[in-house]
Amino acid sequence: MIKNINFVSKFKTANIISIILFILSIFLIGFKGLNYGIDFKGGTLIELRTDPSINASTIRDSLNSINLGDVNVKRFGKVGDYLIKVEQKNTNDNNLIPEIKKKLSNNLNSEIDFRRVENVGPKVSSELLESSIIAISLALAAMLFYIWIRFEWQFSIGSIIALFHDVVITLGIFSILSLEINLSIIAAVLTIVGYSMNDTVVIYDRIRENLFKYTKISISDISNLSINETLGRTIITSTTTLLALLSIYLLGGEILRGFSFAMILGVIIGTYSSIFVASPILKFFSVSYKTLEKKEEKILP
Amino acid sequence: MLNFSKINILFIYLTLFFISVFSLLNFQSKDNILIDKKVNLGLDLQGGSYLLLEINSESLVQEKIQSKVIPLKKLLNDNNLNYRDFKIKNNSLIFKLNDTKKFKSIFLSKNENLVNPYIDNYRSFELDFKELENKLVEISFSKFGLLSINNSALKQSIEIVRRRIDDVGTKEPTILQRGEKRILVELPGLKDPERIKELLGKTAKLNFRLVSENSEFGFDELMTETGEKLKISKKIVMSGENLIDAQPSIQNQQNEPTVSFSLDRLGAQKFGRTTTDNVGKRLAIVLDDKIISAPNINEPITSGNGVISGNFSFQEATDLALLLRSGALPTPLSIVEERTVGPDLGEDSIKSGLISLIVGFILVIIFMIYKYKIFGLVANTALIANLLMLVGILTILEATLTLPGIAGIILTVGMAVDANVLIFERIREELKTEKSIIHAFDSGYSKAKITVLDANITTLIAAIILFAFGSGPVKGFAITLGIGIITTLFTAYFLARHLTSIIVLKNSNKEISI
Repeated sequence: MIKNINFVSKFKTANIISIILFILSIFLIGFKGLNYGIDFKGGTLIELRTDPSINASTIRDSLNSINLGDVNVKRFGKVGDYLIKVEQKNTNDNNLIPEIKKKLSNNLNSEIDFRRVENVGPKVSSELLESSIIAISLALAAMLFYIWIRFEWQFSIGSIIALFHDVVITLGIFSILSLEINLSIIAAVLTIVGYSMNDTVVIYDRIRENLFKYTKISISDISNLSINETLGRTIITSTTTLLALLSIYLLGGEILRGFSFAMILGVIIGTYSSIFVASPILKFFSVSYKTLEKKEEKILP
Repeated sequence: MLNFSKINILFIYLTLFFISVFSLLNFQSKDNILIDKKVNLGLDLQGGSYLLLEINSESLVQEKIQSKVIPLKKLLNDNNLNYRDFKIKNNSLIFKLNDTKKFKSIFLSKNENLVNPYIDNYRSFELDFKELENKLVEISFSKFGLLSINNSALKQSIEIVRRRIDDVGTKEPTILQRGEKRILVELPGLKDPERIKELLGKTAKLNFRLVSENSEFGFDELMTETGEKLKISKKIVMSGENLIDAQPSIQNQQNEPTVSFSLDRLGAQKFGRTTTDNVGKRLAIVLDDKIISAPNINEPITSGNGVISGNFSFQEATDLALLLRSGALPTPLSIVEERTVGPDLGEDSIKSGLISLIVGFILVIIFMIYKYKIFGLVANTALIANLLMLVGILTILEATLTLPGIAGIILTVGMAVDANVLIFERIREELKTEKSIIHAFDSGYSKAKITVLDANITTLIAAIILFAFGSGPVKGFAITLGIGIITTLFTAYFLARHLTSIIVLKNSNKEISI
């Protein structure tokens, strides 16, 4: 089912779109900012289940009578399920949660079940943020290094730019939609890094092979040929991955929703970037079979 | 690539069989005596509490530097060193000295130095000596001195936390040291963590002190539970360390819950002496700088047994007894991170996780059959084997399965077929140019090998980094993702290749399409 679509002719348009989206994302992250969850900002999160007749504003009013600072109450999944978020306070109060529970059950006159409670102190949250940033940077560096060993530095740069593109645009979409960034989103971002890389490597591998096979053809045509040759695989694999992810998104419950949404975005962006970001960069560096020659013996089996 | 020796085939299926068998262990209802291995459910799936506690080293260092004052002054006096302007500032001792040289040589001597011991492990003194201008001397804890203070406080705290938790009787708690100042506590299946949090939040420093306004040791003004202000001597008659047991009891006359305690020999002696000398006075029972009660001493108590009353409910008396039995924490512990999941949410998560796994799995299987027909079946067989092996390895490692971990399995299902897709697509290409079908399959497998490896190693790198830096549930995701890649490579390159070779070799004289 090898098709012959002229991808190279669309490189320019795609690159402009990518650059615009990338810069827009940077601006969004810089000015609008990311909606950090309590993992990174500190604070208290309570998921509770109560009588369906009770609405969010009743809970909010009831909580406002204790001095908690910024309180956010919203519906979460089923009717009667709510998520309460309390901003970090300076003092470390070990009695906060029982106090809230007491207040709510007194005011609402109904059974209240705390299904989940998370409380992250200011020191721990800044440590979690730090280690997440380190993890993502380390993952990017490891990928850079791996591709550099397996291919050439031009490939390495190309794949890392594609990865940056994916991570930044995914975060940009999270910023514009004000979706919460928590530990599981970081896990999703790292998986996106792995997936996008996986996709890029498949195309790069084919480009490398074709560079040796057709030494007379330009890198543009080689890219086009390679993308077309691997297109079947690209479509099938992203379809199966998306099928699995959609199943998590729709049926996996409220807690996994953010994670699976980030992954779905990442898979789509990652697939796009392998074709429209990683490949044009090889053209930019005018990669030819000569670039690879010195490594030839090492790479080919 | 399509030729398998008998030994090869035996190896493939034996490995597959043995690892897969382990996955079945999770479905047995009773505990197996022979192989008792199971995938552990994470706290987010079975419900429970995760607590991260931190010792308060600031207050500890303050206390420790204060305890150095008397020995240091004694050392100075014993050596005829005249000091003046002695003060405590910012956790260091500052004083003026005429002969700083002599002091330095005594202070930094490695032999039997009781004031400033030499810590062999760290090759450092406990205290640092610094000479400021104008004969001023500053003594403070050295870097390693602080480290060893923290270390011993942490070790002690862990021991006491363990005793308190064991006393409450939760099942299989995990209590571990995390870094230099923290203790990680995991309490699976706990419904209400508040009681444990309350128990861990108290240092439970108990001491008995006389109520007295004129004491040579000075006095503190403390509040009683009823709001009465009392002046209490700083001299500690006896502290919680001398307790050997404490139990909740009921005082018969008023039916009031109390705590009975018994003292060790030394404690009984001290207690006996004080109560004999001070009949008629009041003795305050102080817990964490709060007076629980301050009864009159009616008669000498020499038996070494006593009763603490203080308007307790029975639960409070039980908890106080527990705290006194387990001993005092060296510093207050603060809860810097808490994650609690109720058991019903855990159950819901398992349910929705499994449903999405099954649905995702079925969708992928249908798609593969639609795309590759008979070879889709091969890929699907490999996928099922992949899942069995993945769960098998998780069982062998007794890994912890979390909700993100289930997501990792589902993602593995989606991505695992990639290896087979790469190979099958390659074979399709080879079939176009290659006349011999066997050759086409053969070269398809060998040409795709490098790509499959490269592609999977990148995801493996991401998984390893995630495992190293992730915490709790995220770690569970990294584990399933990482193991999933290994089982994927095995099933695609051994199992699926062998199945393919059977189909191809059987139909070698017919047309095969893929």
